[in-house]
This record gives sequence, structure tokens and C-alpha cells, in this order.
Amino acid sequence: MEQVAIVDRLRAEFPDEILSSYTNQGQTAVIVRPGRIVDILRWLRDTDDLRMNHLRALCGVDNVRRKEPGLSRFEVVYNLYSIPLRHEIRVRAEVGDKDPAIDSVVALWTGADWLERETYDLFGIRFDNHPNLRRVLLPDDWVGHPLCKDYPLKGKEEWAGMTELLEKIKELDQHGFDPEGHAHGQTAPDQEDDL
Amino acid sequence: MTRPISKSLDIPVPDGDSERYSLRMGPQHPATHGVLRVDLELDGETIIECTPQVGYLHRGFEKLAENKTYAQALILTDRLDYIAAMANNIGYCVAVERLLDISVPLRAQYLRTMVGEMSRISSHLLWLATHALDIGAMTVFLYCFREREILLDLFEELCGARLTFSYPRIGGVRQDVTSAFVDELQRFLDIFPAKIEEYETLIDTNRIWLKRTVGVGKVTGEQALSLGLTGACLRGSGVDYDIRKHQPYGAYALVDFEVPLGSDGDIYARYRCRMEEMHQSVRIIQQCIDQLPPGPIVGPDAPDLVMPNKPRARIEASTNIYGTGLIKLIRDRNLYMSGDVYVATEVPKGELGFYFISDGNNRPYRMHIRSPSFIHISALATIAKGELIADLIANIGSLDVVLGESDR
Repeated sequence: MEQVAIVDRLRAEFPDEILSSYTNQGQTAVIVRPGRIVDILRWLRDTDDLRMNHLRALCGVDNVRRKEPGLSRFEVVYNLYSIPLRHEIRVRAEVGDKDPAIDSVVALWTGADWLERETYDLFGIRFDNHPNLRRVLLPDDWVGHPLCKDYPLKGKEEWAGMTELLEKIKELDQHGFDPEGHAHGQTAPDQEDDL
Repeated sequence: MTRPISKSLDIPVPDGDSERYSLRMGPQHPATHGVLRVDLELDGETIIECTPQVGYLHRGFEKLAENKTYAQALILTDRLDYIAAMANNIGYCVAVERLLDISVPLRAQYLRTMVGEMSRISSHLLWLATHALDIGAMTVFLYCFREREILLDLFEELCGARLTFSYPRIGGVRQDVTSAFVDELQRFLDIFPAKIEEYETLIDTNRIWLKRTVGVGKVTGEQALSLGLTGACLRGSGVDYDIRKHQPYGAYALVDFEVPLGSDGDIYARYRCRMEEMHQSVRIIQQCIDQLPPGPIVGPDAPDLVMPNKPRARIEASTNIYGTGLIKLIRDRNLYMSGDVYVATEVPKGELGFYFISDGNNRPYRMHIRSPSFIHISALATIAKGELIADLIANIGSLDVVLGESDR
């Protein structure tokens, strides 16, 4: 089915949820409200002539520096593809500015589990009804969400676990595990800037 | 006075005839193919709960890419799936070209297809080698590395690197092939099908191999789709999904090949799929060599590498293309069209997708990498549950994961 036709079907089915749609480089996307995202995606997956059974990608976006007006700060993007019918669509759900949250789609695709955890990890977007929402790529005690645009590239501070580890190594070095200080205990003065 | 020891030491009493315990496998473990940790809840040798933990190799590529120009971020993709770096490069370039509407000459398309398939063979060879080694077939390991060495030498001849190539460029490829390279590749293609049969004679009639793979790690097609599996893992379960056929890129629409499908969805089916894929790759490379058209290898509007013949937007030609030209590009705003695209390519591991958002700048506003390995590892929890711990090793190998790609 033509992507534009899919959007028309979506508009007819969920008139209050669809905010806008556009086509870029032959790919059509719809921007939707977050409230009924599970219903929308289930409808796209289960309707007979759509059958969007493959969740290609799920990721978050921080729009704070984007030039287009009227976008909410955070959004979650779902790229769907129908393997039997070979058509695709992108669904962008606006999830608000502060304390962003959206319903989890793990019930529809088990594989969304880690993708949502990753989005939570890197953007701080909360997924309600997620079975196990915790960080996946970063350590559990990491502070902040690195892919937000206000998070500096070099990070904010040393991760607590790293500081602990360096302390531990220093302590072990005193007992002669590394008498010449080759490891992390002592750094040459000219290397200190890099650390 | 004597007391029973069991009371003072508080030895756990088996509950009925079973005893549950937890085991941490990895992150330093030879069979996890990188730094993967798997937390296991075991009942004897049966896995009750399997929790994979990743992130040890997280380098923040998505954040880094937002601070680099499109051409600079190419080298990051080498470090994703370092076993098939060429395929990652191609995936990245195809996505950026779609995003910025850059055309690629036909010769470059063919060259990309050719090296992409070489990369697939090399990745599958390494997979077969380590997978067989994990299950206990040492000989296959050495045989596979023998042929992989020829491919790595060919890559070195082509672009000077054996592992991190950065050979494809946005808008084309970096260098043209030499006739010596094509001759050498042709020699490889002539001998390689016989070599695949050699591996097969080593393991396909091996009773131990069959016992450890047939019927183990079963995934139905529906399950595989729900888990998000792609590549040979999905096709092993009988779902016909290959992006080279579904949404062709490069020269895949112009060459003839088949997509091997399995039906059982077990480790053996995935193994058969990958072996067949190598045969198909040979076919594709052969056609690429035969059909290779003459012409330029970089498009006229490729950014950064070569200044365009017809100046576009505000790019100025400069004598020092790597110095001044690049700085000018970095300072220029509103150089490209804005918008977003999701473009996926079929890499040896599965579907590698790039979701790009451009806001007209010369750097991506957002780059999301849909890495097959990340999703495959998350599927491990479902696949390994209820199976034996020894089969966990076979399952990890069979999913063909690379942790560099998973953690990004």
C-alpha cells in the first residue's frame, strides 16, 4: 500500500491522535499524541491489509535544538515495516517536555524490551508498563542521560564506579601488587591532562 | 560437646531433588565473543533465568556522531561490527546518501556490492570458525581462518587496511580496483565453493555437531519476528526477509541471487542458511566482476572527499581539499536539506539500520543505529530459557553477535 494511503487510513481510524504527517525522501511519517500509542501500533500490526509485523527501530529524539517550530522536546520514533506486504511507515510520538513518558509496546513486540530500556537509559524517557525498565548500556548508578542535547559531549563528572576503582587500585598498589606504579595508581605529569 | 556440622555452617539444604544456584558467565569468557556477561539462574544444568548484560563496550557513537561531520563519522562505523566493517561503512553511506540526496555512480555501486559480499563471506567464515570451536570442532576453525586470510589480504590490496576499512565514501568509494585485485579475487572465487564443501564434510556428517545443533535453540517464525531477529536468524525460522531483496541498494537489484530459507528455526537451520549465503555471495561477486561497468567511482555531489564539479550550495573549491575545504564545510550552515530517514542494509549479522535526522547542518542532528547484535542478545533470554547450560554457548554462537555493534 502507498505510504500516504496508510496515513489516510490512520487518520480515519484515529482522528484525534494524528497531529500531522509529511513525506521526506520517499518515506512518510506521522506525528501522533502519545496517549493511545499501543492502540495505534497494534492496529497497524494487526489490520489485514497493513500487517506491519516488523518493528525495525525504536529510538528517542531530543528536539530542543531543532529549528522546526511546534515540536515537543522529546519524542519516540517507531519505524515499522510489513514483511508480507513490503511497505513501511514511521510513527513519531510526542512525549512532552518535562518528565517524558509513554506506554511500553513490549506487549506487542518482545524485542522492544531492550530498545525501550536503551531509550530510557540515554534520554530518560519513561516507558509505563515496561516489565524491567532499567539502564542497559550504562551502569545503574550513572547520573544523567547522555543523548540529551544539554548533556556535554565529554560528560559531566567521573562516574562514581570509576573513582572507586581507581581508589581500590591505589590501595592495592600499597601492598605491592604493582610496586612500580605501572597501572593506574600513578600517572606521569604529562598524562594528567588526558584523564 | 559435639554439634552437627551442618547446623553451624548453614549449608543450604537441597529443596527436594533440585538445587537452584546462580552463575555469572563473563564478561571475560572465550565463548561470549566479546565482553558479554550473562547472569544465569540454574537448576542443575537447566537454565531457569538468563539475563544478558551488555554495555561494557559502550563508546557513545550516537553522541559522538552528532559532533562530527557526516564524512568524519564514517570511521565510527568501522568500529561497530569490526568483523564486517565494510558492510557497516556501506550501510552508513547508503543512509547518508538517501538523507542528503547524493547520487552514486554505477561503478561505485557495483564495487560496494562486491566488497560488501566479500565482507559477508569473511564474517560468516569467522562465525563458522568460532561457532564450531565453541561446540568443539577445532579443525574447522583453522580451515576457515585459512580462507579468511585470503580475503583480508584482498582487502589490504584494495584499501590498505585489514580490519577497519572506511573504503566506501559518501557518494562513492575511495579507490578503484586494480586488475591485479580482480584477478586475485577471481582466483578466490574459483577455489572457494570447494572450500565450503570441505567445511561441510567436516561438520555436516559429524554426529556430535548434529546432536548439538539439530532441535536446539528453536525459534518459530512468529517468535523471531516478535523478538526482532533479522538476518540468518530470522530466515532460519522460515521468514523471507532480506533487505537486499525487499529494498535493494547498491547493485543488488541488478544481480541475480537467491535468499536461502530454513524452516526449523534451530541452530542447525541458521547454520545451513549462513552456509548457503556464502554460496550466494560467491555468485553475486562473480556477477559484479563480470558486469563491472566503466566510469567514475565518486559522484559529482559527494561532500568533503572531492570538491564538486558543479558547486552546490556554498561549498567552495579549494586546493587543499582535506584542510580548508573541510573547515569551510564545518562553518557553513544550512548546507543540506533537512528531514529524517531510516535506511537499513543487510549486513552479515542482520538488519543494520541508520535513523538520521538532519536540520540542514553538516552534522547529523541525531543518528540512531539499529544494531542487529543488540536485539539478538536481548533475544537470548527467551531462546536459552529452559535449555541446558551447554547449549547456551551454542546459542550465543548461533545468534552471531558482535559486542562492538551491540554496545555502540
